[in-house]
Amino acid sequence: MAIQTAPVAMATASARAPRRPSARRGIVGTIKWVLIGLLVLVEVYPLFWLLMGSFKTQDEFFSKPTWALPESFDLTNYVQALTTGDLATNLRNSLLVTVPSLFLMILLGVAAAYALEVMVWKGRNGILLAFVAGIMIPGQMILVPLFTVYFKSGLTNTLWPLIITYTVMGLPLTVFMMTAFFRAIPREVFEAATLDGSSMLGSFFRIGVPLMRNAIITIALVEFFSVWNDLLIALTFTTKSSLATVQVGLLNFSGEYGSTEYGPLFAAISINILGMLVLYLFLNKQIMTGLAAGSLKG
Amino acid sequence: MRPAEGHNTVHRVLGDKKAILILLGPALLVYTLIKLVPVAWSFGLSFFDGNPLGGFTFIGFDNFVRFFNDPQAIHALGFTVLYAVVITIGQILLGYALALLYVFVLKNASNFVRTVVFFPAVIPTVAVGLLFRSMFAVGQNEGPVNAALDAIGLGSVDWFASGAGTFIVAILMELWRSMGFFAVLLYAGLLDIPEETLESARLDGATGLKLVRHIVIPLSLPVLLSSVIFSINNSLKVFDTILALNGGGPGTETTPLTLYMFNTVFSYSDYGYGSTIALVLTILCLLVTVFIFRSARRDITRN
Repeated sequence: MAIQTAPVAMATASARAPRRPSARRGIVGTIKWVLIGLLVLVEVYPLFWLLMGSFKTQDEFFSKPTWALPESFDLTNYVQALTTGDLATNLRNSLLVTVPSLFLMILLGVAAAYALEVMVWKGRNGILLAFVAGIMIPGQMILVPLFTVYFKSGLTNTLWPLIITYTVMGLPLTVFMMTAFFRAIPREVFEAATLDGSSMLGSFFRIGVPLMRNAIITIALVEFFSVWNDLLIALTFTTKSSLATVQVGLLNFSGEYGSTEYGPLFAAISINILGMLVLYLFLNKQIMTGLAAGSLKG
Repeated sequence: MRPAEGHNTVHRVLGDKKAILILLGPALLVYTLIKLVPVAWSFGLSFFDGNPLGGFTFIGFDNFVRFFNDPQAIHALGFTVLYAVVITIGQILLGYALALLYVFVLKNASNFVRTVVFFPAVIPTVAVGLLFRSMFAVGQNEGPVNAALDAIGLGSVDWFASGAGTFIVAILMELWRSMGFFAVLLYAGLLDIPEETLESARLDGATGLKLVRHIVIPLSLPVLLSSVIFSINNSLKVFDTILALNGGGPGTETTPLTLYMFNTVFSYSDYGYGSTIALVLTILCLLVTVFIFRSARRDITRN
């Protein structure tokens, strides 16, 4: 569908550009647009091919060439992926893990950043450094001890290990980015509130959080992708398939059906990608700037 | 001037111990318990042999000696470094080329292209891995890549039967997924270059590649440096895509350190040695970052 809108964008672009008389410029311009068309095609065709595959029957996969369009657009594969493929359960688990993790991570992270950046006390730089250092440490470094503890306490039969671990793994970046955002607010704002008799806790909820609304949305988006798309933690800390998140389910999907049922597998991947596409259609500006900011600071 | 009394109040309230405890306490507590303690614990485990069922024995530096005499570990280390280097070069070159295209060729019309090329970066990595597995598949259910190779008479390739083939697909996959992301990252840096600087360079006769080489690249060095550090740190930790693509295979030919550590712990229950591998990976990330910082600073001062 994105391909169809390409000529529109091209048309408006060339209309806006100043008119160039020379023929050589015209050829260069054509080459330019061919290259750009190719670029868009390379990015979009795999997704288009995947989506088409998700409507094909097993028979079509084997007997028709790979670029053939599906014979019908019925949703059998999707139903199968969600029910026998357990994708519906996986989606539910992912939601049950992602929402509380994001909420806790942001609540704890914003409050900590406020205490570390706005408030003035000895030792705050050292603690900030301890948080920020966590950004570099790979997840493998905490896997073994946490698995031991979660397993012994019986928590691996629940989704709690995922919620707890994601919350903590997201804290370093959240604290780091939030301190940077708080630094951009003039100190006088908080000092004036204090002179008016507001306590620091009061200022946090009345001034800090409202001023940080956009920053919080940015961080929530960045962390949403890292939690929702994680495989390592979800794979390690869930022992039952009924607790598998979307990524774990997807990984095992290919194993379960192996080389036999392509349709449901393609449908399952498509559901994952379509979900992100919907989010992306609405929030692409925020997502692009947010992810870029999150990585440069990290 | 603020009255002294008010100033003291401000200071007292800004340093309110109770508020600090309430705001910072919970975050610091869970961070210490779930991150700092496990990191120290894992560090300690790397000097032990065994697992929770069979018990642990202290063996000093034996795990490290074993690591450097273990062909599989060395292979995983080599694969990780090679993958990270190739990916970092690819991401920065492609990302920078795209960013230049957005800023200097497409200008205001770049919005649509930028948005489309960025999209794969938000797709779950497992989904990307499985997608590329099918794209490059061979045999009964041939993917479009081999179908295209057949069509132009080159014949299909069994990409996943060899380490080299899997490596090529892994590289193409990661670049496909992330080039739009790095383009946006570097694009933001290019936009920060003041228009007047570019304009006066143009008046001095610098155009096209000359302008890029002498003005644009030097001015975007800071954002390039951040991108290199981000890119190499992330590619040293590669896990999901490689696992979804070919399970680190054939055999263990495309197994990075992350996956080797995972298998050592959870398939062979070798907790001590697994912790050692994790530690080596962590040290590798730290060293590489420090090294890039150092050499970049030296370059900047030399010029």
